[in-house]
Formats: sequence, C-alpha cells, structure tokens
Amino acid sequence: MLRVPITSPLTELDRKKERAPVPKEWAYAPAPESRDVVSIKERYGHFVGGKWLEPSETYTTISPATEETLAEVGQATPEEVETAVAAAREAFENGWSGIAPAERAKYLFRIARTLQERAREFAVLESLNGGKPIKESRDVDLPLAAAHFFYYAGWADKLEYAFPNRRPRPIGVAGQIIPWNFPLLMLSWKIAPALAAGNTVVLKPAETTPLSALLFADVLRQAELPPGVVNIVTGDGRAGAALVKSEGVDKIAFTGSTEVGKAIQRELAGTGKKLTLELGGKAANIIFDDAALDQAVEGIVNGIYFNQGHVCCAGSRLLVQESIYEPVIEKLKRRLTTLRVGDPLDKNTDVGAINSKQQLDKIRELVEAGEEEGAEIYQPPCRLPEKGYWFAPTVFTNVAQSYRIAQEEIFGPVLSVLTFRTPEEAVEKANNTPYGLSAGVWTEKGSRILWMAERLRAGVVWANTFNRFDPTSPFGGYKESGFGREGGLHGLEPYIDFDGTEPFGG
Amino acid sequence: MPMAQAPVLPRGFELPLEPRLPRIGSVDAVALEERAASLAKRSIKKEAKVFALELAVRMMDLTTLEGQDTPGKVAALASKAIRPDPSEPGVPSVAAICVYPNLVPAAVARVEGSSVKVASVATAFPSGQSPIELKLEEVAWVVDQGADEVDMVIDRGAFLSGRYAKVYDEIVRVKEAAGDAHLKVILEVSELGTYDNVRRASLLAMAAGADFIKTSTGKLPGAATLPVTLCMLEAIRDVYEENGRMVGMKPAGGIRQAKQAVQYLVQLHETLGPDWLTPDLYRLGASSLLNDVLMQLRKEKTGVYQSPDYFTVD
Repeated sequence: MLRVPITSPLTELDRKKERAPVPKEWAYAPAPESRDVVSIKERYGHFVGGKWLEPSETYTTISPATEETLAEVGQATPEEVETAVAAAREAFENGWSGIAPAERAKYLFRIARTLQERAREFAVLESLNGGKPIKESRDVDLPLAAAHFFYYAGWADKLEYAFPNRRPRPIGVAGQIIPWNFPLLMLSWKIAPALAAGNTVVLKPAETTPLSALLFADVLRQAELPPGVVNIVTGDGRAGAALVKSEGVDKIAFTGSTEVGKAIQRELAGTGKKLTLELGGKAANIIFDDAALDQAVEGIVNGIYFNQGHVCCAGSRLLVQESIYEPVIEKLKRRLTTLRVGDPLDKNTDVGAINSKQQLDKIRELVEAGEEEGAEIYQPPCRLPEKGYWFAPTVFTNVAQSYRIAQEEIFGPVLSVLTFRTPEEAVEKANNTPYGLSAGVWTEKGSRILWMAERLRAGVVWANTFNRFDPTSPFGGYKESGFGREGGLHGLEPYIDFDGTEPFGG
Repeated sequence: MPMAQAPVLPRGFELPLEPRLPRIGSVDAVALEERAASLAKRSIKKEAKVFALELAVRMMDLTTLEGQDTPGKVAALASKAIRPDPSEPGVPSVAAICVYPNLVPAAVARVEGSSVKVASVATAFPSGQSPIELKLEEVAWVVDQGADEVDMVIDRGAFLSGRYAKVYDEIVRVKEAAGDAHLKVILEVSELGTYDNVRRASLLAMAAGADFIKTSTGKLPGAATLPVTLCMLEAIRDVYEENGRMVGMKPAGGIRQAKQAVQYLVQLHETLGPDWLTPDLYRLGASSLLNDVLMQLRKEKTGVYQSPDYFTVD
C-alpha cells in the first residue's frame, strides 16, 4: 500500500519552526607550535674535531617567513675547511676505521634515538630556518631522518653480508654538501651510510639553512661520537668549493642544482675522488582517465605543493589524459582554494615560505616567462604575509612542451599542465626532458603501471602515490638528475672501497 | 506495481537520468585514508573550536534506537534536544531526535513548537529485509504521525548481488511515500566492503532522490569512519559539480567525543566548503556525543573541566 499524503504535515511544521541562522565563516584560530622548545645561540662556529671552532668570517641566517635574524654563523674559509678535513682524516686513521663494526652501529642507533627524542625541537628549528610547514617537518622530515639512522645502523656490522666476497672497506674522508630543501633529512641521507660503512665526514649544510645541522652537533655530543668523525662547516658556495678542492677528501657527495653538480664533476675529473650527484628534476605526474580522480588530485597537490615545491623530485609537470582534462583541472583548482598558505609554525599551514629571496626571484622570473609564452595562469585567492618570502600556489594550463616552464626546474609551488591522448604519448612526453629523477603514474590498471614503469626513464616511479620515501628504497636520477643512489643497500655502495671489485656485477 | 526505470550501474548513470550524474569512477583506498588522516590533524583552537562545537550541537540528530525505548525516555530525550544545557541558555537546540516508528508520536508531541525535528527510522530498520510494500507502509505511517524526516536503509542484499535496479527502485518509491519529509538513505557502509561500493551506493542513492546519504544504522561495529565519510562527501561534491544539486550527509555510529565531531566538521568544511555548514545539509547521528560536546563548550567558556555530574543524563 502506498499512502502519499496530499498535503504534507511538514510544510506547516516548517513554518512554525525557525532555526537560529548558522554563522557561515569558520576561520581557524592560529595554532602555532611553541618556539620555546628550541634555544638558538646568538653565534655559531664550525664544529670541528668535536669542538666549536671560532670562525674568522660570519654571516647571518634568517627566518624566510619573517626575515628576522636567527643567528650569526661562520663562513668557512679554505683554511677552516682544511682544518675540518684534517680532523676527519685523523679520526679516520686513529680509531674510527678500526673499531668493531658493531660499535659503529651503537653510535648510529644512539643518534637515531636522540633524534626521535628531540624531534619536536628539531622540527621547530627546521621550520623556523627553512620556512617549511611544521606539519611537514614534524610528520615527514624528522621521522624519516631518524629512520635513516636506524636503517643504516643495522647495516654497519653486516657489510660482509651486504656485499659478499667483495671485501668492503671504508673509503676515508667523505665531503658532503647538502641543499636547503630538507636540511636535516639530507644530512641523515648523507651521514648515516657514510658512518655505517666506516668513513668520517665533513658536512657543509646549505647557506640558508645551517641551524639544524649545527643543532645536530649537540646530538653527536649526546651520542658520545668520537671527535672528528663528523665535522660541520657552514658557509656559502665558496666553502663548498673549498671542500670539493681539498686534497684530503676521498669522496664527494653532492645534492643540489645541476649547474653546480656539473661544475663539481669538472673539478673532480682526473683526481680519483669518488663522486655521487643528486641534482634537479622535472618529474611528470601522469593521470590516466581510469584513475581515482579525487585521490589523484591529492597526489598532484602533494606532488608539487609539498614543501612549497622545493623538492628535486617534485611532480612539476602534470600530464593529464585529454578525456578527463576538465574535471581534473576543475577539481585541482577547487582543491587549491583550500590550501592554507602562511606561518610555517602554524600547525594548520599547508604551504609555508619560500626558502630565500634568491629562490623567490627565480620562481618569479620563470612564472613571468610562462605568462609571456602564453600559458594560462591560475592562483587561488590567498593573502600572503607582507614580510618574508612568499609565493602563491600556481597552476599553468595551456602549456606547450617547448615552454620554459615545461622544461626548466622551477623549484617552487608552480605546476605546468600538459595533456596526452595515449600511453605511448604520455611516455614520450614524460621522457622528453634533460632530467630523470622521478615520475608518477595514476591508473587503476595494474598492467599499465608496469608497462609505464618499464618505459619511464626516471630513478623512481610512483604508482598511485607521490613523494613517498623510505630508507630501504634507493633514490637517485638518470641523465642530468645525477648518478649514484641514496637509500637502501645501494646507498652504502658509494661509501665503500671494493678493493677493485665492482658491486652488483658492475 | 510498475518498477521505476532504474539505470544499470556498469553502463553508467546516463540512461534516463536528467540531469546527468558524474562518472562512477573509483576510489583509491590508501590515498583516501591518508587524506582523511591528514585532515584529522587540523588543530582547532579557541573561537574556532567554540564555533565547531556549537555547530556540532546544531547538526546533531540525538538518537535512541533501543528495544527498551519508552515514551518516557523519548520525552526526556526530546527535552534535552530542545535545551541541551539548562544552565547555558546560549547553547542551541539540536537538529532532530531520531527514534523508532512507535516512538514518533511521543517525540512529535514533545518537540512541538520548537525547532527540533523528528526523524524516524523506517523500512525494516536496521536490516531492510522485508517486502517493499511493508516498507512503504511503514514510511507512510511515520510521516502521517508527524515525522519530519525518514531514515531508510538500502537493501544491501540486493546491492551486493548486483541488483542495483532493485535498490534504486526501492529508494524512488520510499521517496514518493515520504512525500515532503526529508529522506536520509542509510548505506550501512560496514556491510558494503569497499570504498568503491560506498561510492557506487552513494551515487545510486542520490540518483534515486535521497536528500541525505547516511553511513550507518549504528547497529554494527565499524560504523561511521572519517575515510568512509570523506568518500561519500566526494560523491556528493561530484553530484553538485555535475548538476548543482546539494545533497546532505550524515555520518552516524561511533562518534562519541567532541574531538571526533570537530574532525568530521573540518573534513566537511574542507571538502564541500562553507555552504554545507548547516543542519540542512549535514547531521551527526549520535547518542552519547552531546554531553561531551557540552562539557567541552563549558570548558572553553570557563577554562576548567567540570564533572559529568553537571550535565544531565537523559
């Protein structure tokens, strides 16, 4: 029986009932993480031989979000770099290379645990000095940094098993130069495998983000690491160049721009020093029409706006299958309006500050070039703070493969959107770049993922995810993205002398 | 009785439906859960928290669905619904009280003249395993008794065996029987097994005319979760993008703490936007959530927590 009332009793009720109007604006109150957990000294020297070396020259390091001065730090002269290299050499010869491997593991485990214990302190400092949102330094940088030390601690006394019949031995003194986008995480990617394999280290953090490395020196003190095993010198590219040139260094590991990487490679040619380079990228993030769209859009956002796009493996080129171009762009633009840009220390911030004035200028220049070349720009309405270095999340549509914004690494929150029709075309466009660090594939079809992964010339291919890292997984590039791998068993290899034998069959 | 023309899902929704519905598409479970977890980490403080807590009260469907429900119990609940915190007249009334059909008359009598609506479960709640004629009669009866809203369950047996047309047809006819009463369609997500199924059932329910889609009956473990609610919100968003129709959402079951309620509202806010921040388009189905929200509200006001004894148990 179907009884549909002719006049609804509800209409009458509804008239009687009046709800109080609901206020619509829901502005989240500021939720800043406390700065008090970390104390920053007014002035830092270089950390050499377990002691602080008074620097002869200094510069100031700032917070890119406010331009306030945080501390004065040393600008290492070639002589100071040599002092650090000599300290590393002495530590290598007189102890570190000879101690039981399990002892090395002990120190690495201590460092890993201390990083976990002091995670909040480091996360705040990382966001303060680098401009990245606290939720990222808290949930990504710090847990991964600790995980790398834990992982390589495990290998320290198992090298004979990692490389059977290869007689693995340490190389000596490793000179390591790291970038400003993941200061502490890149430090751990470099230091953990070097120490696990029995080397000693001279590390130079990036000019704009030296503070977490300098705080790390205190972790080394807590871990009672023998003096000279890890030395930290700060400064700009001149300090890095001095480290590269130093006669006492046996190996250089560099993460940074392709331009500097090439200069280092030229400098080292014929010296016999070992070299690994992790350079730029212009990754394609490829969305097929059968992908789970809302999740793919999250992946696009995570791929390019994570860490303000200051990520060498960022998914900066979006390749969308033409049949779903419109819904994807519509969803993406809507999602951008919910990104919260602002104070890096606010727990609700999604996109923080651009790391430096220099980087901001570079982003602006390339974005202007994109507009001039005829691409269509979209930026969500958002109020950027007046002080500090900021750039709104940006999407370029109508981008042609020949535009600069489709070819050059922007290293900022700027996405270039291109389309494709068939899987073959997607592969062709994705590979049509001087770089080859990473790529993303979004499809519900398992066989297509494998088909694409076989053909994409990139060190990492993510399927239905992006920017996911794990210490057990090797990371590195093809072509102008560099050579050598970090992470996993492969990440130990550049720090080991194989006595003439080549690992993994050459 | 003629069957309503129902679309067959695998071929898409485009058959007789005007305006069109979005592509069915698929859902990536890992990424969906990640997104839900990251939204749950938003830090909502001070005035933003008070806003959310008061909104949670306004959006609440205060529920009692027990075999031991009596008119007395329902009357007490209705009083609580109208004035949740007698010592704080500023606290708004809840959206509705949700009861079994037999208790509708008692509920209607009690809320009369207030803004609180009466919702009744119907269609052989919670299993839905009854003939359609009986379900329609039940729906017509509760509406006749004065229920403003009807919470129906879908036929999960039919859905899981691929008889989508039957599910669709039932919703269409219940909607007819409900007349002007608002129809909330319960998918009972924990019986659907996958997010893909949840999305499919959400689109099916909206195509058939649901005013609201609702996660659960509250009678099974693993009822409303943040990811499953996000999955349904995304389906609602797709329908809105496609044809401009605004469908409501009601997570129900397992929401017991004020903190959870805030997480659900953040998710709503950042998925469907401020237009959905109204009890007309969002409800929280809960039986024990209200007092925790009241307690948090008072804490925000006075700075200290008070003992549960200062909040009425109804």
